[in-house]
Amino acid sequence: MSTFLQQLINGVSLGAIYSLIALGYTMVYGVLKLINFAHGDVYMVGAFMGFYLANGIGARGAQMIGMNPEGFVARGLLGGGTMEPSLITALVVMLLAMAICAALGVIIERFAYRPVRKYSRLTALITAIGVSLLLENGGQVLFGAEPKFFPELFTKRNIDLVGGASINSADIIVLIIALALMVALQLIVFRTKTGRAMRAVSFNLQSAKLMGINTDRIIAFTFALGSALAAAAGVLVAIRIPRIDPLMGILVGLKAFVAAVLGGIGNIPGAMLGGLLIGITETMVVGYLSPTYKDAVAFAILILILLFRPSGLLGTVAQEKV
Amino acid sequence: MPRLLRNLIIAVVVLAVLYGLDLVFQARLISPYYIRILMLSGISITLAVSLNLINGFTGQFSIGHAGFMAVGAYSSAYFSVNYGVSLANSLGGGTLGWVVALTLATVIGAIVAGVAGLVVGIPSLRLKGDYLAIVTLGFGQIIVVFLNNIQAVGGARGYSGIPIVQRFFWIFLVAVLTIVIVYNMVNSAFGRALISIREDELAAEAMGVNTTRYKVMAFVISSAMAGAGGVLLAHFDGYLNPKSFEFIKSFEILIMIILGGLGSIVGSVLGAVLLTVLPEGLRSFAEYRMVIYSLLLIILMITRPQGLLGSTNVFKGWKKKYRRLTESAGGSAVTPGTTEVRSTDER
Repeated sequence: MSTFLQQLINGVSLGAIYSLIALGYTMVYGVLKLINFAHGDVYMVGAFMGFYLANGIGARGAQMIGMNPEGFVARGLLGGGTMEPSLITALVVMLLAMAICAALGVIIERFAYRPVRKYSRLTALITAIGVSLLLENGGQVLFGAEPKFFPELFTKRNIDLVGGASINSADIIVLIIALALMVALQLIVFRTKTGRAMRAVSFNLQSAKLMGINTDRIIAFTFALGSALAAAAGVLVAIRIPRIDPLMGILVGLKAFVAAVLGGIGNIPGAMLGGLLIGITETMVVGYLSPTYKDAVAFAILILILLFRPSGLLGTVAQEKV
Repeated sequence: MPRLLRNLIIAVVVLAVLYGLDLVFQARLISPYYIRILMLSGISITLAVSLNLINGFTGQFSIGHAGFMAVGAYSSAYFSVNYGVSLANSLGGGTLGWVVALTLATVIGAIVAGVAGLVVGIPSLRLKGDYLAIVTLGFGQIIVVFLNNIQAVGGARGYSGIPIVQRFFWIFLVAVLTIVIVYNMVNSAFGRALISIREDELAAEAMGVNTTRYKVMAFVISSAMAGAGGVLLAHFDGYLNPKSFEFIKSFEILIMIILGGLGSIVGSVLGAVLLTVLPEGLRSFAEYRMVIYSLLLIILMITRPQGLLGSTNVFKGWKKKYRRLTESAGGSAVTPGTTEVRSTDER
């Protein structure tokens, strides 16, 4: 029982991160029908931006911008007590990384995807692979190929639960932030004018254009939103497991993509559900079967779902028109 | 009959040229480094041309080619290590023994990869476009995970001790065979069915093409050839590692056929050679070479999305020109009278 509970906690925490990345895949697929292979690498860039920002900000950064560290850093929000690591720093680091990656997403869209949009979807897919390779290899040149260790942004503590399982404070933070981001996304997509335009574009790009929607701007906005979420996921992952390297985005990106397909690609709640399912299944396999097969699980689920319900759990079947 | 004779002569000439080149290379007149790149190009050609059959001609987007390659490579390597060596030795251990053992290994690798293609293809070819791409990608990854865990073939440490018996002749024989098979296939009724599926699956079905059957057949043949490519690789370095069959390898093969131009055999060959030689050529840029490589890929897609040889099939182009010439020489074929004249001429 305690194993089950423990793996469930780990799974939900991991799944929340997959969900955040899956959202980017699903939104871009929604508007462009493009599998954005570079998305996993944007997540990697997010983690590295977090790394550099965290090393630069801390309490030192607070002093640099002329603030008293005592006042800037909320003391010991979650058990900590030390000055430098705090939740506020973590949040600032995450938000800045999100902003940087949003800009990166817009740049990628503008200079790589927009020029090929008029060609076949295959061309766009290959371009996405090219961008992915560029980010991975550029990352190895810029950040160095060897793994880096993310600084502790706030003091982690294990909290014992009933039934012998324990939960790390980092996991709680990850969950809360991921949940908050998803709620924010829901609000943006379903409660704002831009969100309505996004939905219109994903429904039918041509008609949306005819209705006077600036589709280029909406597509760019979608990339910004998705990349920001990926960056948040990158920082959150680094908080949980501090080891980061330029190739960390490949496998996680693929799994998040599987999560998006599982939930029904193009469907936002589907991506969240898919991410959670993949995360939980993966940790269950680690807990009960063998950790060596954990990377096969996501793909096995993928193949099964595609065979029996290609539109995904929450997706709708589109009628093919002749 | 003369056609058969002509083909036989061509075959003999090709074999002789390959064998002659092989002898030259054995004599070590050229740096082994260049010969190595040449041989790797040959393996790439096999892989690219076979992938083009399913991606370029049938229009089904598969990105798990490295998975089938891995299946072929590992199954043949297992055969060679456990049976091939003793078989070759019992036949005298000389060239003859190895030809027999290697032929068997190649056939086994191709068949096992073909069966894997059948298993993957039957359920997944019902899916279209992106979904098929995702399934093949997932399959490729699963293969790698399993290879990492099967201790009989070395697991994550890699499979070593495979007899290194690969020669220029053998690699290019398989490459040429692949080209000939794919070329003949796409220029037959079978190939026209495949192309009709690529152009419009619904229309093809309406015209009586059993699309699922043709797609699965193309997929199985393509997988078997990829398996043969894997066999070549396994006996080339004598060492296999699951890492080298991850999806990045599938992308590499895909990029070869995109670079050369989808649906063009000459393009695939060109793309395969270019992409094998290019990373070697960029070696002097060391760490920047992959950055340059990926930038080139993006720029190519933006400026020339149809690939270097694009939609213009070189063979087809020649044929059309030839036909146009003959037609203009024989006058217009529209009036019945001239058609009669032509038919008597042909007799």
